[in-house]
Amino acid sequence: MWDYTDKVKDLYTNPVNVGKMEDANGVGHVGSVVCGDALTLYIKVEDGIIKDASFETFGCGSAIASSSALTEMIKGKTVEEAEKITNADIVEFLGGLPEQKIHCSVMGSEALINAIADYRGEKPPVEDEPEGQIICFCKNITDVDLRKAIREHNIKDVDTLMEVTEAGSVCGSCIPRMEDILEEELAKPCEENVCEEGAMTNLQKIHKIEDVINRIIRPGLKRDGGDVELVDVQGDDVVVKLHGACSTCVSAFATLQHFVQEELRKNVSEKINVKHI
Amino acid sequence: MTKHVYLDNNATTMVAPEALEAMLPFYKERYGNASSMYSFGGLVAKDLDAARHRVAELLGAEFDYEITFTGCATESDNMAVRGLLSYYRNKKHIITSTVEHPAIISLCRQLEKEGYRVTYVPVDKNGVVDVNYLKESVDDDTALVSIMHANNETGVIMPVEEIGAFLKEKKIPFHVDGVQAAGKIPVDVNKINCDLYSISAHKFHGPKGVGALYVRKGTRMRPLMIGGHQEKGRRPGTENVAGIVGMGVAAKMAVENLEKESSLAALRDRLQKGILERVKTASVNGGDVLRTPNTTNISFEFIEGESILLYLDQKGIYVSTGSACSTGSLEPSHVLRAMDLPFSKIHGSIRFSLSRYTTEEEVDYVLQELPGVIQTLLEISPFWDNEKGEGKIME
Repeated sequence: MWDYTDKVKDLYTNPVNVGKMEDANGVGHVGSVVCGDALTLYIKVEDGIIKDASFETFGCGSAIASSSALTEMIKGKTVEEAEKITNADIVEFLGGLPEQKIHCSVMGSEALINAIADYRGEKPPVEDEPEGQIICFCKNITDVDLRKAIREHNIKDVDTLMEVTEAGSVCGSCIPRMEDILEEELAKPCEENVCEEGAMTNLQKIHKIEDVINRIIRPGLKRDGGDVELVDVQGDDVVVKLHGACSTCVSAFATLQHFVQEELRKNVSEKINVKHI
Repeated sequence: MTKHVYLDNNATTMVAPEALEAMLPFYKERYGNASSMYSFGGLVAKDLDAARHRVAELLGAEFDYEITFTGCATESDNMAVRGLLSYYRNKKHIITSTVEHPAIISLCRQLEKEGYRVTYVPVDKNGVVDVNYLKESVDDDTALVSIMHANNETGVIMPVEEIGAFLKEKKIPFHVDGVQAAGKIPVDVNKINCDLYSISAHKFHGPKGVGALYVRKGTRMRPLMIGGHQEKGRRPGTENVAGIVGMGVAAKMAVENLEKESSLAALRDRLQKGILERVKTASVNGGDVLRTPNTTNISFEFIEGESILLYLDQKGIYVSTGSACSTGSLEPSHVLRAMDLPFSKIHGSIRFSLSRYTTEEEVDYVLQELPGVIQTLLEISPFWDNEKGEGKIME
């Protein structure tokens, strides 16, 4: 069971500033129904000051509380002041959040960034990052964090992985799982620039991309009424066309494009960039 | 008085007062070791025998010695699977399903790393294991098959008798994880034709910290732990006497109460029907097939399960959810995913699991409080159109 502060409990029980705002001049959306939480933040800016803010949240108790807290924090602030608010400020406002729920506050700060960008007529800068599975519960470190560290620091042994990430440095119960992840990462085919032998020909790459799209990505999208079609491969750029529910749902669009890219990066090559037409 | 409506009996149950009463002497004056030669300890062995007999009766076992007491069902599951594998060393293939409890699925993932080949048999949209797929997966290398009797999240009952008959003919050892079935539906290991059957006391009003493994006479397996002669060397270590005695009483009471199973199903159906009538975004998962009488798994679309859980908690109603947020892993229910449910339904799923202690009044209290909770959460959801009163995810 999560250990929520009274402030968090109070805000998810009686959230303030709930609902869609018809006359908002900045709207920011992050998350999707696929990942299990989503937030739409509405702001009304007059003379550079956020006069009003409201939200809609699909998510757990701390997601509701973080969203509601954020609207309270930004009202009356100038856009420039609001821009400085970080997820740590949201956590502080709430009197703390369980470590595994910190991402709820991150969702708040990201929605704010997107809403301010929207107000300024810019493209929303924040796309969703994959969260991964928590491996080290003491230090709240996920498999995604570990994989990233292994690649970035070219780590070959678990002791170095512990040193770099601090995972496994408290109770040590996750060290075997860290070793498994390390083994998986080291077993992956070498990147073209690192090791010539492991390099794929262009044709091999296209076949592999097709395989991953058909085997992994399409079944995932179809479950939510969408689909994807491979249009072209130009070097590391993979051009796809999204169909069905995915192509019309603007909010899910970025996430889904990201999902396609993540799967291709994981299974084919780290360098792949997904573009859509 | 604050209300407490406990509808999470698939997670754990209240210890029956009769079971607790029977346990207490073994924490007080009767603390002797069952292995001792003097009467102060040795007589305790008789209480263990009596408990073993009661558990054998719960499972329809022919011989009492077919029951081995363990520390929990996870241990029973591990003992069954690893115990068989360490005897049949030349066989490297395991068959299980995609909806098993972590005690089996995580174990199988570990065994894959150790060089075993594992077939995860898929389920249909109701969550029932595909028996034909299972039959086709069997080959000369298959060491064992492990399938759950009833699913913990949906209550869906698996066709274990059909699988057991097939495997008996093929002479392949069959382990059934019966944690969610024992005490809820009649169990007969001889009708199922299984070789091993795992159960846990605290799922049927016994204490925590004690489980059992049924091992059919003549089944060949090696122990996980090496030590003394307790449990015929199958599970060495001083017995959890009080726990085992409590499990025995709970088993006896479960057998006696199985007759009331239909009234429990009626209460569950009252809850389920009432929710479907009152909440139009609700749908039942696995509702079209045979289920344990105490369980219903309901998805509330467009909202997230943990927030439903927390709102109900404040009303004194205790349930669980398959949503990602509720678990430490931040991964949503693998069972509902295996049933091919859309994410929008998985994240908003709630499991209601009743017990023989649940009352009609408690069910009616849930029916009174739940619709308001769902409405409040729909109103703040970005995937719900408040004006039209409908969802807006798909288009």
